[in-house]
Amino acid sequence: MFRQISVFLENKRGKLAEVTGVLADNNIDMWAISIADTTNFGILRIIVDDPDKAVDVMRNAGYTVSTTEVLAVEVPDQPGGLHQVLDILRKEGISIEYLYSFVRRPAEKALILFKVDCLNDAVDILKRTGISVLTNDQVCGL
Amino acid sequence: MYWDKTNECMPREQLAELQSRRLIETVQRVYHNVPYYRQRMQELGIMPEDIKGAEDLHKLPFTTKQDLRDYYPYGLFAVPLSEIVRIHASSGTTGKPTVVGYTRKDIVTWSELMARTLVCGGTHKDSVIQIAYGYGLFTGGLGAHYGAERIGASVIPVSGGNTKRQIMLMKDFGTTVLACTPSYALYIAETIEEMGIKREELKLEYGIFGAEPWSEAMRKEIEEKMQISAIDIYGLSEVIGPGVASECQCKVGLHIFEDHFIPEIIDPETGEVLPPGQEGELVFTTITKEGLPVIRYRTRDISSLNYDLCPCGRTHVRMNKVLGRTDDMIIIRGVNVFPSQIESVLMEIGDTEPHYLLVVDRIGNLDSLEVWVEVSNKLFSDEVRKLEDLRQRITREIQGTLGLTAKVKLVEPKTIERSEGKAKRIIDRRKL
Repeated sequence: MFRQISVFLENKRGKLAEVTGVLADNNIDMWAISIADTTNFGILRIIVDDPDKAVDVMRNAGYTVSTTEVLAVEVPDQPGGLHQVLDILRKEGISIEYLYSFVRRPAEKALILFKVDCLNDAVDILKRTGISVLTNDQVCGL
Repeated sequence: MYWDKTNECMPREQLAELQSRRLIETVQRVYHNVPYYRQRMQELGIMPEDIKGAEDLHKLPFTTKQDLRDYYPYGLFAVPLSEIVRIHASSGTTGKPTVVGYTRKDIVTWSELMARTLVCGGTHKDSVIQIAYGYGLFTGGLGAHYGAERIGASVIPVSGGNTKRQIMLMKDFGTTVLACTPSYALYIAETIEEMGIKREELKLEYGIFGAEPWSEAMRKEIEEKMQISAIDIYGLSEVIGPGVASECQCKVGLHIFEDHFIPEIIDPETGEVLPPGQEGELVFTTITKEGLPVIRYRTRDISSLNYDLCPCGRTHVRMNKVLGRTDDMIIIRGVNVFPSQIESVLMEIGDTEPHYLLVVDRIGNLDSLEVWVEVSNKLFSDEVRKLEDLRQRITREIQGTLGLTAKVKLVEPKTIERSEGKAKRIIDRRKL
């Protein structure tokens, strides 16, 4: 499980650079980033080294910010790697709101971040099937 | 608590006699001293002698803001300029301002009425009152100022704007009463939160808010955020400024100071006087003013009158909270829309702070309404679906309330310009 930071953004030119500017000025390291967009607004989702600090600086800069627990799963960076996890979740009837991924070193492991409807159930199920679910500390150590 | 119990709690029969006597005097004065009123009365075939009491008020002609503009600047004054000691003006949205003048006695009357208003709102001799209405040509600042001094309260004449400094003074000077527009009060409340100032650091007890229409929901929000009792006051410069009517602590309608003003509710279309309780345009006749008496002044404010006895003991009639102005009312595809209606919808949905803006446009031949709503931390979700649901819910509720489809746009905090005076709730691009 991992704390993700979500930021409300209007779908306008230059908005994203404003946010990354605030993070850069405050020396916050981003590990993963994803944007969901609609015609008039977007939601920026980021994983950072210091979520508390990031929330503070973003709120002070006037942004609407929330934090969400997401599921962090390591999968082998190879064909079928992600499918193995999704298949388990499907069979258990857990639905996924969204997901995004990042690969630190190609051909090793990829990290997938999931927002699911029943987070604790998903963690238990995956652990039981031997899939490695990462915690904050483990992700920090990557 | 009363400021002037004799007049504020005068038995209604006695009040009626007083009104009739003062109206007769006023009509005599305007007929002889103001060519405009003489001419209007002659056109209608009315002589001052035809007005035998308040029951004849309906025979007199109306006065409008346009009349004041047409006789700009001093044409409707009933005394020579040498008798005028103060001039105020209200900003006209178009062209020249509307000018009003006060004699020395008018200033005393006004101070008395503002003293009543402030006492109604919880002010007393030991209060520290911060006046954050604008000082200057606008009547809000100086009107409240003179009333507060008359009570003997300690007055901080800070005027509007410079919000962080307002809050610093509020904290350091131990302000107990805040007087400003309700939208500015909300902005101050929000800034207090942002600055991280704790409620215990402030001594605030009461808020005296007016000069623009505001909803019950907004009152609740201000009262909760600031932990104060907030009352609504009413006035307009053409009648005297603030000090025409004020809520008491019962907060069910605003007592109109009837020993100085006679109110009527009319049908804005036909000009016909409506029976008590019915909603319509509020009209005032001043019966003690010397400098600029007005006869049946059409306020464009929508309200109704309630003659039931108030538990506070004041006998003066209560006007219901102003729902809006006939001229900030916008008509979209034939539907009358008051910004306060949209505000109520938003407050219902997410106890959201009412930071919203109506953008009206005409695309092709069809009017369109966009409602911009700032997304607060409370409303926000990391899921697109939930935000879309929120947007649709607002759309649906607006549809339900107004019978009109609006395009709801979610925007970032602080996108909508904050006002330090009257809130700007509408951009009507159709006029461009």
